[in-house]
Amino acid sequence: MKLALGLLLILLTIGCSKNETPPASYKPQAPAAKIDPATTATISGVISFDGAAPKPQQIDMSQDPACVVGKVPPNFGEAYVVNGGHLQNVYVYIKDGLGNYSYPTPPPTTLDQKGCRYVPHVLGLMVGQKLRILNSDPAMHNIHSMAHENSGWNESQYPGGDAIEQTFSKPELMIPVQCNNHPWMKMYVNVSTHPFFAVSDADGKFTISGLPPGTYTLAAVHEKMGEKTAQITVGAKYSKTADFKFSSSDIK
Amino acid sequence: MSSSTQTAQYNPAYHRFTLILAICTFLLIIAGALVTSNDAGLAVPDWPTSFGSLYRIPPMVGGIKYEHGHRMIAEFVGLLTIILAVWTQRKDARSWMRKLGWFMLLLVIIQGTLGGLTVKMRLPWYISTAHAMVAQTFFSLTILMTVFASRRWIETTRTLTRQPDSGSLNFRNLALLTVLAVYMQLFFGAGFRHGGLHFLPHLIGACIATLILVWASFTGLLRFGAIKPIRGASIAILGLLVIQLLLGVAAYMTRVVWGKDAVQPRPSMVATTVAHVAVGALLLAHCFMLAVQAYRNLAPAAGLAADQKAVVA
Repeated sequence: MKLALGLLLILLTIGCSKNETPPASYKPQAPAAKIDPATTATISGVISFDGAAPKPQQIDMSQDPACVVGKVPPNFGEAYVVNGGHLQNVYVYIKDGLGNYSYPTPPPTTLDQKGCRYVPHVLGLMVGQKLRILNSDPAMHNIHSMAHENSGWNESQYPGGDAIEQTFSKPELMIPVQCNNHPWMKMYVNVSTHPFFAVSDADGKFTISGLPPGTYTLAAVHEKMGEKTAQITVGAKYSKTADFKFSSSDIK
Repeated sequence: MSSSTQTAQYNPAYHRFTLILAICTFLLIIAGALVTSNDAGLAVPDWPTSFGSLYRIPPMVGGIKYEHGHRMIAEFVGLLTIILAVWTQRKDARSWMRKLGWFMLLLVIIQGTLGGLTVKMRLPWYISTAHAMVAQTFFSLTILMTVFASRRWIETTRTLTRQPDSGSLNFRNLALLTVLAVYMQLFFGAGFRHGGLHFLPHLIGACIATLILVWASFTGLLRFGAIKPIRGASIAILGLLVIQLLLGVAAYMTRVVWGKDAVQPRPSMVATTVAHVAVGALLLAHCFMLAVQAYRNLAPAAGLAADQKAVVA
């Protein structure tokens, strides 16, 4: 009996030991310099996928009639969108190498809910930039951000309701945003301290422009397959290409 | 417990009421499991109101139907518990039953508060786990209330002959250990389900809990099989344990292995996890029942011998 009780106590101790890494606090640096627009460079590239991509999963939206108004074409999950070997929805950004520049806060970026889908599926924005969330659906949605470094939030939005505006105060990658009313609705927000990021389009293409000359670590992040990096040096007014390749072996 | 039951009288209406409360609580547990299994915990983002209203029913579609449905059943169970506490206070002669009634009301208030905190704090695993554990505790108490209010319990109180709990192992403590083991599993399981704990403790816990429950059930059957309530609880625990283990494997396969990257919760994922939660609740209630019946029907051999000497003297 004592042995059994002891085992229970040991197991309780083990069970409580799933430690989460405490979020590193972000301390923005004081702005120092402005970029000379006459010297900026551009990096572009293509994200490809090697091997057999996971079969797209069809979404069943029947649990909310407002999501299937009229003739709705089949909907599929967007975790792996591969078109002719090109991978969509990869967030590409300058991970390292930028000096201490100051950047104006860009105008708000928009996230829409249309056909009970998030449009876009992956987006990037800057720290302090407004995220403007619209509901173009006849359905009620809730928008639930599950950030770790930033504050999370959860708000409901009536059909055609007023836009919701949110900002993020710290850089963070792949923040899941989910609708708990329609569990297939999931998208990812990426927050950066600078404006040098892009999301690969349907052809896997991305372009980052306005970069000051320098040597950078360029990173490509996928929601399921993680991050890949590359070193790249650009001179004044350069246009360089940097391609990334993901493969089925990256699927975790 | 037995000293104050001498004046208790069987009340069929009260007994039926406790049974209704137990059934409603079981439905509430299923409704709660449906909320989690469908990722609908935050479909209604405010609390205690739902979309700003305390009484207006929102469109029952998508995740809202699970979350708001859960809230509506919870409110009904809360109302039934208030009635139970007041009814027990007014009509039951047993002081411990009256205290139990009020304790259950306190538990419902705590449970409602935990439910609110899960929404307000956006599902922290430790609050959600506490919510799951209090839910199953409350359900077990509703089952015990039903037993305590039954004709059989009340009418056998006077004629009950306690038997010696002899042997190298104290069966009453072993029965209590089954409750502890299932609680441990409930903690690990709910912690894993709500994203706070690894799966391994739940797996190891399943092995330990299985050993303890099998040990206790067979001890109950082999040594005290002549005592009907102990026999009944032991058989029920064995049966539920087998079902629960199979459901555990099914839930793991459908949700973790096959459904890891599912674009939305699939019916198989929802069915297996909800059933696993529901059968877990039944298992905990039966372990409570076994412990209660063990303490009611058995006594230390030394204590019984002393009682007999006193009677002879």
